[in-house]
Amino acid sequence: MSNSESSGMKIVIKGLGKTFKNGKQETNALTNIDLAVANGEFLCIVGPSGCGKTTLLRILAGLESATSGEVNILRDSQVLPLNTMVFQENSIFPWFQVWDNAAYGLRMRGISREEEQATVSYFLEKVGILEFKDFYPYQLSGGMKQRVSIARAFANKPEILLMDEPFAALDEQNKLILQEELLSIWEQNRKTVVFITHSIDEAVFLGDRVLVMTARPGRVKTIVDVPLPRPRSIEELKGNALYRDLTKQIWHSVKEEVRGL
Amino acid sequence: MMEERAGQNKKHLVISIMSPILVLVIWEVFSRLSVVDSRFLPPPTRVFVALISTIADGVLFIHMKATLFRVLAGFFCGAVPAVIIGIIMGLAGSVRAFMRPLIIISYPVPKIALFPVVMLFFGLGDFSNVLIVSVGVFFPVLYNTLGGVTGIHRIYWDVAANFSAKGVKLFLTVALPGALPSIFTGLKLGIGMSLITTVVTEYVGAREGLGFMIWFSWQVFSVGEMFVGIGVISVIGFVLTTLVEKLERIVIPWKA
Repeated sequence: MSNSESSGMKIVIKGLGKTFKNGKQETNALTNIDLAVANGEFLCIVGPSGCGKTTLLRILAGLESATSGEVNILRDSQVLPLNTMVFQENSIFPWFQVWDNAAYGLRMRGISREEEQATVSYFLEKVGILEFKDFYPYQLSGGMKQRVSIARAFANKPEILLMDEPFAALDEQNKLILQEELLSIWEQNRKTVVFITHSIDEAVFLGDRVLVMTARPGRVKTIVDVPLPRPRSIEELKGNALYRDLTKQIWHSVKEEVRGL
Repeated sequence: MMEERAGQNKKHLVISIMSPILVLVIWEVFSRLSVVDSRFLPPPTRVFVALISTIADGVLFIHMKATLFRVLAGFFCGAVPAVIIGIIMGLAGSVRAFMRPLIIISYPVPKIALFPVVMLFFGLGDFSNVLIVSVGVFFPVLYNTLGGVTGIHRIYWDVAANFSAKGVKLFLTVALPGALPSIFTGLKLGIGMSLITTVVTEYVGAREGLGFMIWFSWQVFSVGEMFVGIGVISVIGFVLTTLVEKLERIVIPWKA
């Protein structure tokens, strides 16, 4: 397997297609997707509902197989897990306390207790829920559960992070706070992230680039660079002319697809 | 607010104790006034006297010991394989497909109807009783375990797959904890089934046990002792179910 340092690329997708078969009916979810994501890039994907964003992510996560084409994730390390996903729904295990949830990936990989202690407390601290480590999920709010989910993903130290609308179910305040927290963790780790969202504001705020997908069958419609300086804060960006132009430009592009449905 | 609720709980506890007492009082009065035939339904005070005398001469203890052994042995011998097979069936579609017809065919057969067959093979004795009891316990536990595993939300399997959880780790972190609430429902039904089946097998296939005590008392028209047997069975059922519920709260601390 090639090393991503030399090519500068982390994810290379060529001619990817996905068709779902349901009896005799075939649904073309994704078609002919070509995409390269740079090492350490934060890529956001937006597009109309049902355009196959989540399917693309599930293929990257290995939870779904592609019908055609190929996906390559270039490894930096032979020991780290290839990818870890943060799901949209509440996906932390109700039967584990916060700590055990956050440590899940490490335990599945047989990481030592000392390393688990250090890694998990580091990331729980980062998302501000270390003091709740002995709580069960039923004792947590939706925002706190999603923090656990993010800590679990980062603690696993994957080659790439996949996020499927992780903040979609949160209220507006929690969403903004978690977006900033996510960026602050990411800026210290610079993992390659593929982040799916419905929110154009979110995509521009978080991403290095924003990929707009077409309506089904999903293709890459356009990719917009977001040359906003980091670290970013919501307050500063709201008044930034470039931020407003980018969101407007992306919204026009998405709107055409939604209208076309 | 909390105090109000605590007061409410206390009130409900008092009401809960009152209802059985009320039934006993009405029973006593009706029996004494001969509204009901006191030969068939002796007043609770006379049943109590019979209880004391069966305790005093050690007879009750012998029967209780025999029944408790069969109830518990049958429960464990039925519930343990049911949980294991139920989880395997829940995890492996091919095993499920293989086992389904066998289970669907055998489930509706009243287990007690197999008792004569079992006695043909193994004769009169604890082994036959326990075998039938465990078969009776097996089904409700199996069905609930299977339902528990197949009912685990898909998202948790996705998470486990994404974190490469396999084999024993997958079993211990998703299948077992995810199915536990449902398994406990099965265990509670299994306790009831174990008691019922034990007593019925003791009617015909035992020289000791509360079922035998009830049946024998009926034959010699010792109605007081008959009611002692019935009462003790219901107390055993209550205690065992409460124990399983206590265990459930310890094993499943994540339920609000």
